[in-house]
Amino acid sequence: MKFVLNGAGTEVKSHPMSRLLDVLREECGLTGTKEGCGEGECGACTVLVDGEPVCSCLIPVAQVEGTEVVTIEGLGDRHPLQILFMNEVGAQCGICTPGMIMAALALGPSPTLDDVKTALAGNLCRCTGYSAIYRAILKWREMPDVTSSASAAR
Amino acid sequence: MPAVGNSVSRKDGIGKATGSARYADDITFPGMIHGRTIRSTIPRGRVKSIRFDFDTAGFTIVDYHDIIGRNSVDLIEKDQPFLVETEVRHMAEPILLLAHENRERLNAARVEIEYEEEIPLFDPEQSSQVFKKIDIMKGDPAGALASADLIVEGTYRTGHQEHVYIEPNGVIAVPEEVDGKSGVAIFGSVQCPFYVIKALRCLFGAHPPIRVVQTETGGGFGGKEEYPSMIAGHAALLALKSGRPVKIIYDREEDMIATTKRHPAIVRHRTGVMRDGRIVAMDIDVLMDGGAYVTLSPVVLSRGCIHAAGPYRCDNVNIRGRTVFTNTPPNGAFRGFGAPQTEFAVEVHMERIAEALGMDSVALRRINALQSGDTTATGQTLREDTSALTVLEEAIRRTDFLRRRERLKGTNRALGLSLFYHGAGFTGSGELSLKSRARLDLTPTGVRIATGSTEIGQGTRTTHAQIVSDSLGIPYEDVEVAQPDTARVADSGPTVASRTCMVVGKILEECAHEMKERLKGASPAEYHARHGAFSVERMYAPPDWIKWDDATYRGDAYATYGWGCDVVEIEVDPDTFEVRPLKLTAVQEFGRPIHPALAQGQIEGGTAQGLGYALLERVVMRNGAMANSQLTNYTIPTTLDMPELDVVMLENPYPGGPFGAKGLGELPMDGPAPAVVNALRSLGFDVREIPATPELIASCMASA
Amino acid sequence: MAGNAGRHVVRERSAMRTAISGLEVRSAASLGEALAILRDDERTPIAGATDLYVALNFGTLKPRQFLDIWSVSELRDISMKGTTLVIGALATYTSLIRSTLVGTHVPMLVEASRQVGGAQIQNRGTLGGNVANASPAGDSLPVLAAVDAVVVLRSADSERRIPITKFYTGYRATVMRPNELIVAIEIPPVEGKQWFRKVGTRAAQAISKIVVAGVRARTPRIAFGSVAPTVVRAPETESALAEGATIDEAALVLSREIAPIDDLRSTAEYRTRVATNLLRRFWIETG
Repeated sequence: MKFVLNGAGTEVKSHPMSRLLDVLREECGLTGTKEGCGEGECGACTVLVDGEPVCSCLIPVAQVEGTEVVTIEGLGDRHPLQILFMNEVGAQCGICTPGMIMAALALGPSPTLDDVKTALAGNLCRCTGYSAIYRAILKWREMPDVTSSASAAR
Repeated sequence: MPAVGNSVSRKDGIGKATGSARYADDITFPGMIHGRTIRSTIPRGRVKSIRFDFDTAGFTIVDYHDIIGRNSVDLIEKDQPFLVETEVRHMAEPILLLAHENRERLNAARVEIEYEEEIPLFDPEQSSQVFKKIDIMKGDPAGALASADLIVEGTYRTGHQEHVYIEPNGVIAVPEEVDGKSGVAIFGSVQCPFYVIKALRCLFGAHPPIRVVQTETGGGFGGKEEYPSMIAGHAALLALKSGRPVKIIYDREEDMIATTKRHPAIVRHRTGVMRDGRIVAMDIDVLMDGGAYVTLSPVVLSRGCIHAAGPYRCDNVNIRGRTVFTNTPPNGAFRGFGAPQTEFAVEVHMERIAEALGMDSVALRRINALQSGDTTATGQTLREDTSALTVLEEAIRRTDFLRRRERLKGTNRALGLSLFYHGAGFTGSGELSLKSRARLDLTPTGVRIATGSTEIGQGTRTTHAQIVSDSLGIPYEDVEVAQPDTARVADSGPTVASRTCMVVGKILEECAHEMKERLKGASPAEYHARHGAFSVERMYAPPDWIKWDDATYRGDAYATYGWGCDVVEIEVDPDTFEVRPLKLTAVQEFGRPIHPALAQGQIEGGTAQGLGYALLERVVMRNGAMANSQLTNYTIPTTLDMPELDVVMLENPYPGGPFGAKGLGELPMDGPAPAVVNALRSLGFDVREIPATPELIASCMASA
Repeated sequence: MAGNAGRHVVRERSAMRTAISGLEVRSAASLGEALAILRDDERTPIAGATDLYVALNFGTLKPRQFLDIWSVSELRDISMKGTTLVIGALATYTSLIRSTLVGTHVPMLVEASRQVGGAQIQNRGTLGGNVANASPAGDSLPVLAAVDAVVVLRSADSERRIPITKFYTGYRATVMRPNELIVAIEIPPVEGKQWFRKVGTRAAQAISKIVVAGVRARTPRIAFGSVAPTVVRAPETESALAEGATIDEAALVLSREIAPIDDLRSTAEYRTRVATNLLRRFWIETG
């Protein structure tokens, strides 16, 4: 299976029906994407496929052939949203954070609070009550130089 | 600029947001194999035979015969086995352990177990096996009831609640050699690494060297307080038998079915009041369903009973509590630990008392709220750090409660209010018995904090570092926090009971003061260069004025209390009875925040869990096990379920806490459910139990 | 079970995930290729996988051979054929939400799509998948039933058009043949105000307890989800209203016409009561 992973061409040998989540975590060694439920309810496994947030626990790796997949690792370790999540306490225990960030990347340039809530309705957090997550994301969107989601992996 | 009182950058670094933080399932060891637990499929009976319907080559198989020490999880009692011998007491009780290199083969292994079934007991009201009884007596409640103007009675019920930490339980047990002896190291998602040590020492006998290392933990809420001893014991048994590292990670379904939950409770109130609103007698009966083994039920009952009279003054109180056995998976610690159950009951009961008296429930609370100098149900005289009226008045003012409540009459919106409190730290002599310790090590660049307190998202690393930084007078950046590894840190007691900042932080403050004296003005780097490293380790000394009698349940139950008042505005759909919480104002006093943003996070997160408890989270039990054991069917709040949150943090520094801080983690849990139900009541729905699902509300029309 | 003490052989519950190594998949890049494969081979089509992979994760997945049709892009189009709206079977909920054609002709399908899971599910779940999956709780199905949508099925050598109201034969059972794929859902012009309401277990990501879709016209059309083993219309209630019954009379007819059950999420009593309340609400709001 050939696809672009975090900007680099990748080939994986896992069984085509393997969950994309497992291929990323095991064959590709990228453990930033988490499993919280295996049912597409918690969103902790969210990655971008061709710019769209999806639950990687529900995707057979065969279906990402020829696509662009971005995981949390694709953002590096200095992305403003990452820094804001820590400083605004959008991340407490942190297990939902990679999924939250990936889902947030799909937001347009000037989201309302309702837009943010809707974009994250598929991501469960048990620690924060979500308010600090909104604060982190809205602050990110208020920053100058903010790029659109298509090139968010920077 | 001091670190304490400011939202400084967190000691967790950025790993949680970059994906580099390592949780249990992210970690592998060379040669690691996977473990799986074979569990009972009946709620009560005996195992007659076990047959392996698979090719056992390459498998490690462990049953109770492999236990060299004692087949008991050492907690309050030693009644719960790690593995069933013959008697099964609940569904999903662990019977066998399997391990294999290949997860598909592991998952495909079929084990046929023949049971002789017995009739299970599921109804706690029918159970005669009592784990613990408590009787709190103050004054003459019988006499006072007899002379009261009015007696108001009510029965209130709360259901199970499942923690739903987004990271399920998981550990890796790794065989290791220590000083020539074969031992094991446990790496895992745990709140209390030293609890696990204690349990494993009992399981293995004193001998194999054991250490427990906490990995980055994706949420606990009490669900990883005592339960990890079980999964760690299982992994360790497999590791020692196979000689390989063994990883056991529960999937969500197994975690929900098999692990602990909040104790369901039935609370009966009989209250004597005078026409002028004074509460003169409280007679309260608390029944909690403990499940099949004792685990922590006695302490949950204890805290629940102590808080059962609510934040109110009453000279004549009798609180009788029982926690009993049923053939269900044992219940255990969950944020709030008994108080959310009993404070739900008393706060809804207060609303009904007001209705019966024809009095405004705010006025009723103003008359009876505890003040400094009053005594609690256990006879504790409250000191200056008592803020019941302060939080009440601030909540009323901020929400314009009285006027808004009027304006909403006749609509499908309503306001509800709850007043609550929460004792910080272990009950009574608990902190004394814990003998918690904390250690500070001088390093070449600063200091290192070495405690057993775990970071589970609540900010342990950060708040401890802030306290040490300011107490020692060194830059916050020069303080590092050691990963809790039982071989390398002090036993600071469990990370529970809202004690981590207030109690362990206090020990650290004192360690820092002692270290500061020894440094005599030198910086850590200067001192280290000249004299080398040293450590300061101290034990917690609770305030000396605390007097508590465990036999009579009288005295100073807690060193201090946090206080809260929640006001929630809800809207109920007249067609579907769905409740939409629109706005929740949480006024909370907990001494003062060490890190304001982290503190606010505790209040917002605890409030979300409380709203789930109130409205959305229903555990459906069928044949003694959770039937809705998927996140699709056990519904916690999503972004769209949450109201706007307005958090007010009032300060009232507590002299016994570091920089005036009290415990905070659990207080927010006590308020939302009664506030929501009180709002429903004012819309005409006679709700007395939670979760208040639309189905329940539909059946509770007061006038239908 | 209670009172049945005695010997009992019980198998341990199927653990965790279905073994991937036991599964086999072929991917098709075009409709022709897909249908040719299905002509010769019995395979379960897999598109958005938002239901199939849940079954895989829970170890309840029954099929072993799959046909991945995710890349059959010709099945993603949304277009007009005269006055009929043609929605390709692989249109995702996200594409339905964004489609001006759907928003103009069947706005209640947009509403239903917005309430399916979160964004992640909307980005992968397909309309054809919802139809083929045949869940009694499928969120789009009452909408399609209320507008008398037609399911277009194709095999290598034939095409069938089945009204959605005749597509389901029982709980999770359809008239589809193993060699067929749903290629499109056709929606004739909808006259009258559209009304949709989903009552879930919470505000987002909720399985429905009851779903109602209605079209207000001289003969109203009303469909329900989660009150029967399949999506259902309420013909007696529709006739009563068409013949001039009051809404109270119609509500009574409805309460006898549907027979919901108690399950993990809700009760028969609640569902019936809410169904009649929502019928009234539909009538008031479209009146």
